[in-house]
Amino acid sequence: MAYTVPKLTDYSAAALEHATGECIRSGTAEAASIQNEAELKAFRDRWLARKNGILTQINDSWLKGAPKEAKREAGFRVNELKVRIHELIESTERDYRHRAQIYDRVSSVFVDITLPGIRRPIGAEHPIIRTMNEIVSVFQKLGYSVADGPVVETDYYNFEALNFPPNHPARDTQDTLFIANQQSKPQRERLLLRTHTSPVQIRTMEKMRPPIRIVIPGQVHRNDPPDASHSPMFHQIEGLAVDTNITFGDLKGTLDHAMKALFGSSVKTHFRPSFFPFTEPSAELYVTCFICGGSGKRGSDPCRPCKQTGWIEVLGCGMVDPNVFEFVKDNGYDPKKVSGFAFGMGVDRLALLKYSVDDLQLFFQGDVRFLQQFA
Amino acid sequence: MKLSPQWVRDYVDLTVDDRRLAEDLTNVGIAVEGITGSGADTDFEMEIGTNRPDAMNHYGVAREAAAIYDLPLKPIEPKLTSAAKAASPSGSHGAAGSRALSKQARDTLSKQAGGAASKQTQSTTETVAVGSAPFPITVEEPQLCPRFTGRVIRGTRIKPSPQKIAHRLQLLDQRPISNAVDATNYVLWEIGKPTHVFDLDLLEGGKIIVRKARNGEMLKTLDGVERKLTSEDLVVADAKKPVGLAGVMGGYDTMITEKTRNILIESAWWDPVTIRKASRRHALHTDASHRFERGADFESTVLSCDRVAELILESGGGELVGDVVDVASKKMDQAPVVLRVSEAQRILGGKVDAGEIFRILKKLGFELIPEGQADAQFRVHIPSWRLDVEREIDLIEEIARLHGYDKFENTLPAYSGAVIELPDAAKEATLRQRALALGYNEAVSLTFISHADAEKFSSLSAGAKVLELENPLSEEASVMRTSMIPGMLDMLAWNLNRDTEDVRLFEMGRVYELSATGERIEPRRACLGATLTAVQGSFQQGAVLDVSKGDRAAAAEAFRSFKGDVENLLAAFDSSELIFDRQVAEYFHPGRAARALVEGTVLAQFGQIHPDVAAAQKLRQDVFLAELDLEKLYQRGLRKAQFRTLPKYPAVERDFSFIFADSVSFEEMRKTVNHLRLDELRDFRPVEIFRGGAIDAGKYSILLRSTFQSSERTLREDEVAQWSGKIVAALQALGGTQRA
Repeated sequence: MAYTVPKLTDYSAAALEHATGECIRSGTAEAASIQNEAELKAFRDRWLARKNGILTQINDSWLKGAPKEAKREAGFRVNELKVRIHELIESTERDYRHRAQIYDRVSSVFVDITLPGIRRPIGAEHPIIRTMNEIVSVFQKLGYSVADGPVVETDYYNFEALNFPPNHPARDTQDTLFIANQQSKPQRERLLLRTHTSPVQIRTMEKMRPPIRIVIPGQVHRNDPPDASHSPMFHQIEGLAVDTNITFGDLKGTLDHAMKALFGSSVKTHFRPSFFPFTEPSAELYVTCFICGGSGKRGSDPCRPCKQTGWIEVLGCGMVDPNVFEFVKDNGYDPKKVSGFAFGMGVDRLALLKYSVDDLQLFFQGDVRFLQQFA
Repeated sequence: MKLSPQWVRDYVDLTVDDRRLAEDLTNVGIAVEGITGSGADTDFEMEIGTNRPDAMNHYGVAREAAAIYDLPLKPIEPKLTSAAKAASPSGSHGAAGSRALSKQARDTLSKQAGGAASKQTQSTTETVAVGSAPFPITVEEPQLCPRFTGRVIRGTRIKPSPQKIAHRLQLLDQRPISNAVDATNYVLWEIGKPTHVFDLDLLEGGKIIVRKARNGEMLKTLDGVERKLTSEDLVVADAKKPVGLAGVMGGYDTMITEKTRNILIESAWWDPVTIRKASRRHALHTDASHRFERGADFESTVLSCDRVAELILESGGGELVGDVVDVASKKMDQAPVVLRVSEAQRILGGKVDAGEIFRILKKLGFELIPEGQADAQFRVHIPSWRLDVEREIDLIEEIARLHGYDKFENTLPAYSGAVIELPDAAKEATLRQRALALGYNEAVSLTFISHADAEKFSSLSAGAKVLELENPLSEEASVMRTSMIPGMLDMLAWNLNRDTEDVRLFEMGRVYELSATGERIEPRRACLGATLTAVQGSFQQGAVLDVSKGDRAAAAEAFRSFKGDVENLLAAFDSSELIFDRQVAEYFHPGRAARALVEGTVLAQFGQIHPDVAAAQKLRQDVFLAELDLEKLYQRGLRKAQFRTLPKYPAVERDFSFIFADSVSFEEMRKTVNHLRLDELRDFRPVEIFRGGAIDAGKYSILLRSTFQSSERTLREDEVAQWSGKIVAALQALGGTQRA
């Protein structure tokens, strides 16, 4: 509110003190709000104009209206006020000029802050490696250690010790790539490219006594010609927990927890019976589709990743088959005393779904335009 | 594999609709992957595990459904006419005739449906034969063919199948052929037992022999292919020739034709491994071999034979001759399995009780005899069609499956133990972090390379060999990579061919080799790749040394830029002093590549790729590659940060301008100056290089900068002058000429 000169009725010292104080406060506030030259001039005129300026008004109103006995005191106060207001106006003008000068100086070197920044290139972690690390870290927080093993495996570790007997049809499902010139060796010593990370279960149990909890990230190979959803080389993460008290409920609880950690706490899990030679009972784990949230639809379109079912299969799992323990029984894995669960998941497929990538081959071409999307 | 839910409903009175049935079957592991068609023409696309051949047919699926919904399963009872009585029967049923026959069929049936029946079998000798009428069968390989059942029909007519049969087969994508052939197909899809029909009149010598083939013997199979047999093949033969590849496919020359009037029905049980090998050897995968190699129901040979006979007689007429001929050399009864309730609870988590265990297993056809106190355990007899169930754990799986996996409570096991990382995890993470920070994108390439590339880019250890694949996807991918270079070159080329010029990639992985002693080894490697554009783009302002004009200076600066990246990676590790030499692999440019060594160990080689290699790859610009030997690098610890007091006194710089012959490297100057052992010399480095102009060819001008500093005092002018003098003298001794 702009200052208006009040009529004085009380001419006591305290009242005069208050009136002059109000006047200075208002003047100071007005001075502080000045933004430009025109406002500065208006401010000066309003207070100092000979004709009807605030100081003239005060002179007329306060002095002329003063009772006789207060005239001297009022004259003294009004003079003091005039001096203060003149000082205020001078300092306001001074400050304004100074600010204006600085503004003039810097405004000539203003830059367009909307031009794009110069960005030093930052490399992107590969989406598969990133996904793999995320999964591993979820299990590390649950107390799992990390293990690894060779990519070029023997028949023994890839099949026999995992309860795939020689000539068993279950071997057909693995589309194995074999190393050449192995015929002279006994079958269990023949080399092949591991078709899953499961052989490391056996290798780890040979080295470590129970209880154990491990996850095994790694590359695996199968004789699958490359296309949008297949690659002869891909990545898996295997998990294994063995102790004296592990149950099927523990398998379910652990994986349910892990899936919520990976895909969000609202994700639901569903277990279906399946068959793997090295686990029994065996299951496939489904989670509610993290693309459509389980509805099977994206807007009015069908959700492709889950084939409109609302569920996505993420891994195979099961209780470790006693036959598997028999192969490492001497290291403390007596199937009568210990039990355990194992699981294995394809990382590439999960990364594909997670980032809605439409062609698996993109992961292996090293195309910078693709990789930089993950930076 | 397709199945018809309508057909399943023949055997169990289901009240649920097809969609619900599909879901419930899937939840007990009989997976319905898709539903097509509608009404009576609805098809289920099934995904049945290799362990469940018993569920690869309608009756088997009906059995699962009956267990799920706790409904009765209807038996299959072939009704054969009394004509069977006419001829003299053989086998243990003697003259009992059709009554005995149908009782036998019922026995088998009731066992299928869940009862426990014993089966009649024949005596066993090396060769088993039932020689009397109606048709003599001799099994020379009773181990591989423990059971062979046959029936003879005479005077029938071959014609198209009745509508119902044809339609059902068509629903499963099976082509109807004729009533006789379709009958065998129908029974395969009905109860899962493969059978075969011969034109009896085309069997020479009036008998059947199950034997090993003779080397070189020929058999034309039903698919019209002439197959050369070996002594490994098991065949069904007549007196003269093979008439079928056992368990895989029948013979062309004895097949049913329009002219056929008399038929021999075969229903045998074959050794799974023998069938699997034959199927692989002849690359002949059939519905029959698929089931035999997974294990057919030993007790269903008679039932299936009768069922085929029934269907043929119904459609084509004719009469049965004699009784069923059943040559069985052994029993297949599985030993009973003891199932402890406590064990089921130990594995599953304590939810299921004895009552539910009994109900579930009983419904699936298992016979349970309670043992011990308060039903603590059961003695369980396994039905003949469940070859996959042999152990207690197999029964526990059956219980869990039918109980419903989702009904088990989710629990988290308690655990106390340390979390152990892979030994080099921190080193790998540090290296990755640095490469990313330097602007290199992480790539993952395929692990196979071609023979040619393996030779060209091999960095094999002494005496080592490449790992070749027995069954590679292609010649381009026929060996395991021995180097990461070919993969990196492919990826660089891929980007350049798509007009991405600014490319920086790195990959960490393994290479593969077979050592001289035949051990496979998988050394870890890292590989960097960068295009010239990318390398030049990362020059820092003011970092340029060589200010001369021309390609040579540009190349020198590009090399230094790439070298800086390699140095930044190696600097993460504890490496006292890096030495560089030119002993690089021949796929590098001989003048623009180097090895980095620490204490005689090669950690990396890097630089511009050889122009010939670049040309062969049709690379559109120069590229730089680095190979890091992670096995060697990881033997060193990560560099530990160490604090040094910040200098309190000012540093003094002195520049020296020299002309040297091209043959003198900076490293020699540095070494020479280091030998002076000037304590206050903190740094000695080149700041500018120039060739051309007033400098003679073969020489170059180099501006060198020394920094002196003391941690105790401000240096005096005369001291600095004295040290500078020593440096100048040493450089002159090295052949340098100081410029004015």
